[in-house]
Amino acid sequence: MRVLAAMSGGVDSAVAAARAVEAGHDVTGVHLALARNPQTYRTGARGCCTLEDSRDARRAADVLGIPFYVWDMADRFHADVVDDFVAEYAAGRTPNPCLRCNEKIKFAAVLDRAVALGFDAVVTGHHARLGPDGLLRRSVDEAKDQSYVLAVLTREQLDRSIFPLGDSTKAQVRQEAAGRGLAVADKPDSHDICFIADGDTRGFLAQRLGEAPGDVVDATTGAVVGRHGGAYAYTVGQRRGLHLDRPASDGRPRYVLSITPKTNTVTVGPAEALEVATVRATRPVWTVGPRPDGPIECEVQLRAHGVVVPAAVTVDGDTLHADLRQPVRGVAAGQAIVAYRPDPAGDIVLGSATITA
Amino acid sequence: MAYLDHAATTPMLDEALEAYVATAREVGNASSLHASGRRARRRVEESRERVAAALGARPSEVIFTGGGTESDNLAVKGIFWARRGADARRTRVVSSAVEHHAVLDAVDWLGRHEQAEVGWLPVDGAGRLHPDALRAELAEHGDRIALVTAMWANNEVGTVQRIAELAAAAAEHGVPFHTDAIQAVGQVPVDFAASGVAALTVTGHKLGGPVGIGALVLARDVAAVPLLHGGGQERDVRSGTLDAAGIVAFAVSVEAAVKGQLEYTARVAALRDDLVERVRQAVPEVVFNGDPTDRLPGNAHFSFPGCEGDALLLLLDAQGIACSTGSACSAGVAQPSHVLLAMGADDDRARSSLRFSLGHSSTAEDVDALIAALPAAVDRARRAAALRTPR
Repeated sequence: MRVLAAMSGGVDSAVAAARAVEAGHDVTGVHLALARNPQTYRTGARGCCTLEDSRDARRAADVLGIPFYVWDMADRFHADVVDDFVAEYAAGRTPNPCLRCNEKIKFAAVLDRAVALGFDAVVTGHHARLGPDGLLRRSVDEAKDQSYVLAVLTREQLDRSIFPLGDSTKAQVRQEAAGRGLAVADKPDSHDICFIADGDTRGFLAQRLGEAPGDVVDATTGAVVGRHGGAYAYTVGQRRGLHLDRPASDGRPRYVLSITPKTNTVTVGPAEALEVATVRATRPVWTVGPRPDGPIECEVQLRAHGVVVPAAVTVDGDTLHADLRQPVRGVAAGQAIVAYRPDPAGDIVLGSATITA
Repeated sequence: MAYLDHAATTPMLDEALEAYVATAREVGNASSLHASGRRARRRVEESRERVAAALGARPSEVIFTGGGTESDNLAVKGIFWARRGADARRTRVVSSAVEHHAVLDAVDWLGRHEQAEVGWLPVDGAGRLHPDALRAELAEHGDRIALVTAMWANNEVGTVQRIAELAAAAAEHGVPFHTDAIQAVGQVPVDFAASGVAALTVTGHKLGGPVGIGALVLARDVAAVPLLHGGGQERDVRSGTLDAAGIVAFAVSVEAAVKGQLEYTARVAALRDDLVERVRQAVPEVVFNGDPTDRLPGNAHFSFPGCEGDALLLLLDAQGIACSTGSACSAGVAQPSHVLLAMGADDDRARSSLRFSLGHSSTAEDVDALIAALPAAVDRARRAAALRTPR
């Protein structure tokens, strides 16, 4: 096959491209330039948007002996991921930009362009399994599993995707990179959000949304217990950084229960008030087969690296409803609910939807 | 493999490579006083004479440098500093909107760091500079201009300028004129003395010599403040141990390129004309850029409406055809060519451009290979570009 390997400059995508070459594919490497002004993004080896990362990717491609190009996706990335990220926070939700990037950039804008240019598929270094059965499964490396952020992909997108790393642990990938003479073998993992240079999400949002002081209200008493500089800076389940003026009457820690953009209010309360037994979500994407009619018993995950609980899921039009078999704390609107079917050969992604409540 | 990117760099001539290897085997620093040093110095000075003779200059006017970018920087900054040093009013630099970045960015740097005023001369739709625009500039600012710099031939669209006429206009006002002749030497007749320019940039690897060696031909009466300080090996204008092997190979290639220029031009221009004609037949909507007659013999530059040059390059590369979008990269991301924008092209047309450049090793098979691959590539590139329509 003629395949396009998305190469971030990190070790995973370099090894993924190497494996695609070894599998006999005709591989072309592409680095996505996502920053409008690369210097404004992260420096050093933490992210995936610097000039250094672009050079690392090119170097890896040269070692593999494959063509390499840089594709400018900065405008699309800004509109579909960064602006969306800011708008979601402004609306009191907690977005996952990696998921949005997969949905809108890597497996949409990039994949579409690749197909138009005559490529058959896109190869990435995501840690997830996608075998000949077409089923998307968790990586064997549970700590590095990225099936959650891939669960937004449709059947059509998955049919044109190759994830060569799902059967390997991160440690194995690094070892293989070293064996292949790839200089990125011991490059540190990227983490946090690639377009927030210093990791200060609150500062990033404050710069774009401005100061918007409001009240922090105790859910139990209705009393104002503090002030905040902008409700967007909070996420459901958050405990740290609340800066409350008064301790709770029961002396126990309080958590963010909800954010109400309309009144610019952050509501806090005790941990047990965070517990949620049902989840509603919108825009379901069904990865496996046709959309199910009746309720299906499965497991659900409600945020990246979050707990996994059994649930009964029903889909009704554009709405997904999940009855959780055990309550979960800290479910934030804007995150994805991903449904898995437990399987000894790796849990299978059934589908996903965006949590609304 | 069809190599259609000779304007980026062209294969070394066998005789240049042999001269390089033979000289590189010899030990000797041309500044040393012993026998080995004398031998190296003799090779360097013989080469200087050969380069001077080929370019219509005197040997003492040839300053060897590390290549075109250095020569351009030395000319632009060095002459600016020297002229301003002699007359504090001379703070204006006049250049053209279509220069190579080695000149463009040096001029821009003077503007940002040396308080230079910059006068940018416009070009017409074919990329031609008009001497009247320079005359008007000189009439208005003549006593404040430190230097004028304008390229002999454009590296992207291949347009050849009327350098002698431009240089004469500058000379009337006593303003030194520098020309970047990197693309011109060996392609069109270039004679330093006859052209009337004060400084001329030439580099080795565009005409069959090695990368990393070039010269600034600088008239004796034109002062330039050095960029590199040290041993003062080259007229005290340029320091650094002389690269005897590179210099010898450079001289061989300059001499060969100049000597063979007429025959080269006839052969390569015929290939190029064939390429242009067949590209037009294969893709009728294509826009041919640059001056149709006053152009470099090996240059064919097109805009492919509805395509992105990037995508075409990728697709042709996959078919073993090497060409160029001709534009500079910023962070690896192609920017629309400043040359095409200066010629009045819009962003889309600028981004849809590709340069095919032929050279001494080009053959009819190279053109055949391009024509065989081009229609399918254009088709696919159009489909890819259609995805980019604003949402």
